[in-house]
Amino acid sequence: MPFFDLPPLDDEAIGLASSDLVGEVALVNVFASWCLPCRVEHPLLMELAVTGKVALHGVNYKDKPEDARAWLDELGDPFLRIGADRDGRVGIDLGVYGVPETFVVDRTGRIRYKHVGPISQSDLEKYLLPLVEKLRQ
Amino acid sequence: MKHWFIGVLLSVTIAIPEAVSFENDAPIDDPVLEGRARELAKHIRCLVCQNQSIFDSDADLAKDLRQIVRERIMSGESDRAITGYLVERYGDFVLLRPPVKPKTYLLWFVPAIILLFAGAGVVRFLRRTGASGGRPEALNSAERRQVKSLISDEEVD
Repeated sequence: MPFFDLPPLDDEAIGLASSDLVGEVALVNVFASWCLPCRVEHPLLMELAVTGKVALHGVNYKDKPEDARAWLDELGDPFLRIGADRDGRVGIDLGVYGVPETFVVDRTGRIRYKHVGPISQSDLEKYLLPLVEKLRQ
Repeated sequence: MKHWFIGVLLSVTIAIPEAVSFENDAPIDDPVLEGRARELAKHIRCLVCQNQSIFDSDADLAKDLRQIVRERIMSGESDRAITGYLVERYGDFVLLRPPVKPKTYLLWFVPAIILLFAGAGVVRFLRRTGASGGRPEALNSAERRQVKSLISDEEVD
């Protein structure tokens, strides 16, 4: 995981840094308020957050923090931490080329898998959650 | 009148230069460095486009990548280091000319291998039918009788 330290969306939130991803297996979801497929996968992220199966963080990519905040207010906020990547540079450092993308990060903070596009229920059940389990051993 | 119209049509479609995205960016002051950036950009793929380089594409990601290329050139990085940075994040696919290394041997050599097999297949086919010159084999006596009966409508024993 390349080093990054992203500011929060606003004063009421907490930002996301690469150091936050060390210590436990986590998912990092790259999203934006202008991204339609992000809306499509959003309910799944909410459900995931509620079940607490795995830590979920967000990277707000090339977006205006106010817009992202409004989007999350409307749809719900499933993220523990959110980093505002306004110019998309952290995204590029992670190899992001579209939104949404979801990374599976292991305990040492290393990226183990990247899912491009919205995640589906079957993606979660067949690949992502089993991988999380495997990385926890 | 017709010639005039065709002339205008042609000049409008051909003479207007493509709005090349690379040239619309803020360039590096040093023309040598800017030249390097230009060459590099032509060989880096725009990942959100169909077969375009970041030199041509006006996609957001292409613009970001061009900026990164320029920044890294200005900070003294070599072309190799810059493409290495991108390949590390996006894979070999980010280069429009994938490198020839074991992983990409298949990509480079499969077309040639297929051609070889196809060529061998053609040779084999020609060898098999070549002896008879492509002419059908002669009929045996039973077949000749059959033909005769069919032609003459007479009963032949």
